[in-house]
Amino acid sequence: MKKILTAILLLAGITWSQIILAQTDMDAIMMNKKQFCQGITYDYSSWDHYWEGTFKRDNQNLGTVSTQSIMYMPNYGITNKLNVMASVPYVWTKATQGTLHGMKGIQDLMVFVKWKPVTKSFGKNQFSLFAIGGMTTPLSDYPIDFLPMSIGLGSTNLIARGMIDYRRNRFTVTGSAAYIWRSNVKLDRDNYYDTELHLTNEVKMPNAAMYQLRTGYRGRYLIAEVLLTNWTTLGGFDITKNNMPFPSNRMNATMVGVNVKYTLKNFTHLSFLAGSNLTVAGRNVGQSKTFSAGSFYVFYFGKKVKSSLEKNK
Amino acid sequence: MKKIFSLATIITAGAIIFSCNKDIKGRTDDIAALQPQNIDLNAGTWKTILLTGPTEFSVAVPGATNTPDYIAQVNEIKTWQKNLTSDERRIVKYWSSGAVFRWNEILRELVSKHNLPPYQNADGTYPVPNANNPLAYPQFPFANPPYAARAYAYVNAAQYDALVAAWYYKKLYNRLAPYKVDATVQSLIPQSDLPSYPSEDATIDGVMGEMMKLLFPGDQDFIQQKIDEHKKARIISGANVRSDLEAGDALGKLVAQKFITRARGDRAGAAVGNQTIWTQFETDCIAKGEIPWYSYEIPKRPPMLPLFGKVKTWLFDSLTMVTAIRPGPPPSTKSDQMKKECEEVYSYTANPTRENIEKVHFWADGISTPTPAGHWNAIAANDFLKKNFSEVRWARNLALLNMAEMDAATVTWDTKFNYFNPRPSQIDPRIKTLTGLPNFPSYISGHSTFSGAAAVILGHIIPERTADYEAMALEAAMSRLYGGIHYRSDCEVGLTVGKKVGNYAVQRATTDGAE
Repeated sequence: MKKILTAILLLAGITWSQIILAQTDMDAIMMNKKQFCQGITYDYSSWDHYWEGTFKRDNQNLGTVSTQSIMYMPNYGITNKLNVMASVPYVWTKATQGTLHGMKGIQDLMVFVKWKPVTKSFGKNQFSLFAIGGMTTPLSDYPIDFLPMSIGLGSTNLIARGMIDYRRNRFTVTGSAAYIWRSNVKLDRDNYYDTELHLTNEVKMPNAAMYQLRTGYRGRYLIAEVLLTNWTTLGGFDITKNNMPFPSNRMNATMVGVNVKYTLKNFTHLSFLAGSNLTVAGRNVGQSKTFSAGSFYVFYFGKKVKSSLEKNK
Repeated sequence: MKKIFSLATIITAGAIIFSCNKDIKGRTDDIAALQPQNIDLNAGTWKTILLTGPTEFSVAVPGATNTPDYIAQVNEIKTWQKNLTSDERRIVKYWSSGAVFRWNEILRELVSKHNLPPYQNADGTYPVPNANNPLAYPQFPFANPPYAARAYAYVNAAQYDALVAAWYYKKLYNRLAPYKVDATVQSLIPQSDLPSYPSEDATIDGVMGEMMKLLFPGDQDFIQQKIDEHKKARIISGANVRSDLEAGDALGKLVAQKFITRARGDRAGAAVGNQTIWTQFETDCIAKGEIPWYSYEIPKRPPMLPLFGKVKTWLFDSLTMVTAIRPGPPPSTKSDQMKKECEEVYSYTANPTRENIEKVHFWADGISTPTPAGHWNAIAANDFLKKNFSEVRWARNLALLNMAEMDAATVTWDTKFNYFNPRPSQIDPRIKTLTGLPNFPSYISGHSTFSGAAAVILGHIIPERTADYEAMALEAAMSRLYGGIHYRSDCEVGLTVGKKVGNYAVQRATTDGAE
């Protein structure tokens, strides 16, 4: 199955660090018509250093800050070229030192539509183009003004992504770029200081861009890739020295990761995923290490001829 | 295919909606121009705080309105008014809502900017901001709650005394505003019968220019820009001629010097203490058989302004503070009562409700905010705006509020360091906090004292809001319990002490000649 674009969710939501390996919504694999897939993933992300603006530091009053989540992800093939997918995560945070209370709760619902309008082959080379649109929105009224312990940033986001996929035999390269419109958010207090004092509870959220390049082996049962991901906030301000982070900070992160998916040969309904991601550069985010694991189960409701896997042959 | 297009349309439309209209408006961006219900023409007789009387500093007799000099000054206004830019209209509108009010907002902004604890040195010690080198890290000041309360108090007290003097001379010289002298001068703000010499606005600017050199010495460019903008707005608006401003500015500066002299000698400068003093608190507490407070920051940070309790008060003397206001001791750290109170804190924090988290965050007023005293200034300002007070009454009311807030800070710090009581999370490490844990002893809660004092004096100024202020003060106090920062007794005793302080402000209010 195509795992969902967890990265967006988590950067849009948890931003503070987390990009999970399994951004398979940014991948080039499509579900076939009337295939329904659902999965559960678990993510563990943690950091003990962060960038305060561009200054990299630790904070012994936080120790290691971890974010864990369990996410349910359904995905359905409306046609071979049009898929719809969703996800709902339960998230909880914890700091190993200091007194700050961890937070927990249902975070943001994410819904995506993925469309593959163009596929062209030139001999052994195949190119595909994708357009992906989606929306994320909080499912609960979690506090956003308690970073880094908050479970998300609370904005409703619209995401538009373009993606190009190149394939030669089982070697693939996929590149994508996304623009994220983020709604303003509201705090529990009625004033805040970013670079000036605002006498309102409403915070203007800067929009963001996200880029990803991934390459690797895409076989019938095994997919193994390396990923380079960048999240850039288009605006926002730096955390001032020794201040706390704030939802509208200029949060940027560049991450490298690996991602492995394996489908059982004798029972292609079931697949397993695992992966890891490491933030290598950032601004106003934690230098997170993320580990993810999950499992997916596919139901074939249509004519049971070929699974999506077989299309990948 | 159709479906896809309609979907694409929805997404595009949504994107457009999102990309537009993200600009936010502050509550006071569009406040109407100040139009006092009562110009308080006799405010020159009100009781001053430090001045011996309104004539301690003289203001020269103004030129008559038929002299060439005055006419030239009126022509300056007319020249401006011929061709106004949108930015000039903006500053006229901004300052028209009141000079005391706008400067209060600016002060809250500067407090927020500077309300950040210094980052540690490599050796685990902490640097202390240096007033003589304010732009070097850590920038001066660290505008923490006591520092901020003191800043608000000095600014408004000085403004008040200066305005009482200004009002005295206004009535004495009775020179009308340019728009009343010359019918061809437009008044871009509501007209007033208050004589315009010396200008109350420039008097306030004179005060601010001087006070802010002391309180926020690293922000001189910003302050001067505001002062210039404000004075320009007064001329452009037809409310003052240049000599009104010059006389007001000179008076404000002179009055400010009295307050600066007081501030330099009020012992706040020594409130940081030193290692010997910090250790002494701990030793004294242990000698009493109690568990002393420890810093929970890593590396351990010296307590915030441990000698602020020694700072000179406004509304009562230090003997009264120690004998009549400082509360008795908290429950012993080894008592069952303390265990019970700890258990209560734990019960609120173990599985906090969303509603309580909201209260904690609404009242947290922690780092990078105007502090609790600033929060009460915002509450006061919102209500004062509806009352259309004259500038002198605005200054008087805020001076009463902020002298009470500063004295509340002094009493609180005196109490905190007298008892040196540990925070709940030190006694019971299971207690995790829903906001930052302040780096000073627990008993009594500063938020509660600030809120108790503010509720009492504000309730006196606006009696119909008394019940609301009391409810707010109670919620602010209890938010500290819900947040895991304080025991119930810290909050309850804090409120009571705060109310006592507030009553001293009420006492002054009833005898200052303004009521």
